[in-house]
Amino acid sequence: MELFTNQVLAGIATGAIYACMALAVVMIYQAIDHLNFAQGEMAMFSTFISWQLMQWGIPYWAAFVITLALSFVGGIAIERILFKPLAKAPVLTNVAGFIALFAIINSSAGLIWDFTIKQYPTPFGSSPFLGSQLISTHQAGMIGVTVLLLLGLYFFFQYTKIGLAMRAAASVPESARLVGINTSWMIALGWGMATAIGSIAGMLIAPVVFLEPNMMGGVLIYGFAAAVLGGLTSPFGAVVGGFLVGVFENLAGTYIPGVGNELKLPIALALIISVLVVKPAGLFGRHIVKRV
Amino acid sequence: MSAAEEVVAEGHQAVEAVPKRAMTLGTGTSLVVLAALIIMPVFVKNFIIFQMTMLLIYGLAVLALNILTGGSGQFSLGQSAFYAVGAYTTAVLMEHFNVNYALTLPVAGVVCFAFGFLFGQPALRLSGVYLALATFALATAMPQLLKLNFLEHWTGGVQGLVVTKPDAPFGLPMSQDMWLYYFSLAVVLAIYIFSVNLLRSRSGRAFMAIRDNEIAASAMGVDVALYKTLAFGVSAAITGIAGSLGAIAVQFVAPDSYTITLAISLFLGMVVGGVGWLPGSIVGAAFIIFVPNMAEGISKGLSGAVFGVLLFLVIYLVPHGARQIAILGQQLVGRLRKN
Repeated sequence: MELFTNQVLAGIATGAIYACMALAVVMIYQAIDHLNFAQGEMAMFSTFISWQLMQWGIPYWAAFVITLALSFVGGIAIERILFKPLAKAPVLTNVAGFIALFAIINSSAGLIWDFTIKQYPTPFGSSPFLGSQLISTHQAGMIGVTVLLLLGLYFFFQYTKIGLAMRAAASVPESARLVGINTSWMIALGWGMATAIGSIAGMLIAPVVFLEPNMMGGVLIYGFAAAVLGGLTSPFGAVVGGFLVGVFENLAGTYIPGVGNELKLPIALALIISVLVVKPAGLFGRHIVKRV
Repeated sequence: MSAAEEVVAEGHQAVEAVPKRAMTLGTGTSLVVLAALIIMPVFVKNFIIFQMTMLLIYGLAVLALNILTGGSGQFSLGQSAFYAVGAYTTAVLMEHFNVNYALTLPVAGVVCFAFGFLFGQPALRLSGVYLALATFALATAMPQLLKLNFLEHWTGGVQGLVVTKPDAPFGLPMSQDMWLYYFSLAVVLAIYIFSVNLLRSRSGRAFMAIRDNEIAASAMGVDVALYKTLAFGVSAAITGIAGSLGAIAVQFVAPDSYTITLAISLFLGMVVGGVGWLPGSIVGAAFIIFVPNMAEGISKGLSGAVFGVLLFLVIYLVPHGARQIAILGQQLVGRLRKN
């Protein structure tokens, strides 16, 4: 039983990261109807920036905040420069654009910081949390930061004017434009926020997976799986999906024989495909009805 | 509305705009290219022959993706998975069962056809980004699947398998590289002709009808589910054959040779060559083989960045890839002839 509780808690901790990634993916999907295949690489790049800041002697939390700000601006810049011109382009072109961005970021991170694996500090320490052996303080910290972030986002979207405008621009762009919302900038804002959320995910998972240019590959696939499970049209679903996927991953790794660390990606693949086949809209997504 | 659709629409206009004589220009160019491909190995070193072989092999893999995306309008970021299955089929058959290399190609084709057809079943319910997502996950998961413990006896696990390079048959006075080049050239030509005819056939028209408007196609009696999975199967089979040729040429298969990077390269090759334009496949393949080589020459790790930047340039400047340039060239020649 203790093993079970332990695995569930560990699953919730990694699930928190998947929830962040899924949320970032869903935010961009909501805004422009495309999946950002470069989301993981953007998060990785942000994490490298924070690492560099710390190397220059800036304390962790200051580096954290500066990275958030830089990622926010960077996300907006990417949208304005690269993806705004593609807004009306077909799906294929957009997929190609995201793939190109993926390649550019991955390879330039390698060029700047090279491909060796780096240690990344955790501000929470790794001693047992509250004296219990179940989870470490870092895992507790991951859950804590994610929950704070989610609450913040919830209040932002529910109770601020900009949050309302962003929701309006995402769900009915034409009407939103008619009532005077600058939908184009709402999309850019969505990108900025998604990039910042991604960078939080990156900085929290880096102490666990270590810092290197390919560190987010697996995390992104799980983020996608979480987003698909919760429904690509529902930010709330993405978060729930993230936690579910994290727990599922850990339990499958513990209890299904033959599934070790090496099979984690195929599990994500199986999950994505089975959700898409059985319930394409996900658990909480809107079912999209198309007019013929 | 897919890119392929636009390409074809534009292509038709361009074809109509060009006088009939100019169309023979295309045939002429293909013959010149073919002649060059046949004669070239006589004059160059073995290493360049090897690179040309890889060019043909990647060309074949890009062609396969082109049939899927350009033909039936479905995406795949997971071609590396089919390529890997083909490569492993050949390697396992050659090394564990001593099967002749030439005989492993059809087997790889059949195995990959089945794999692609089965993967096409769930993919049926997906379109656009969802399909891209599912195939992306497939490509990411493939290296781990190949490393599975219980398959290790056959696949060699992380170490992979070494494949012996075949000698030229009938005592032909040829180096192994040169023989393999001609062998690949023959296979590629045969598949190319098959593909051109496939797209012109009833099945090919069904693919395109689905690509252009799925609902209209099904209303006209096209079995959408069958043809969509069929396109997946054919594409996977051709990719698998490319994979087995690749395994023989490189003489080595290992899980980490078939990562998402390969799938991205093939996708890139298709976009550069022009979606839905089969001759563009070889142009795209040349791009994905030679550009990284040059970039790595300048700095290690640069190839991804160069790839990305060039891909953006292609998207913005020549969204229809090499096809657009070919059409421009054709019109230019047509105009010169008129004057």
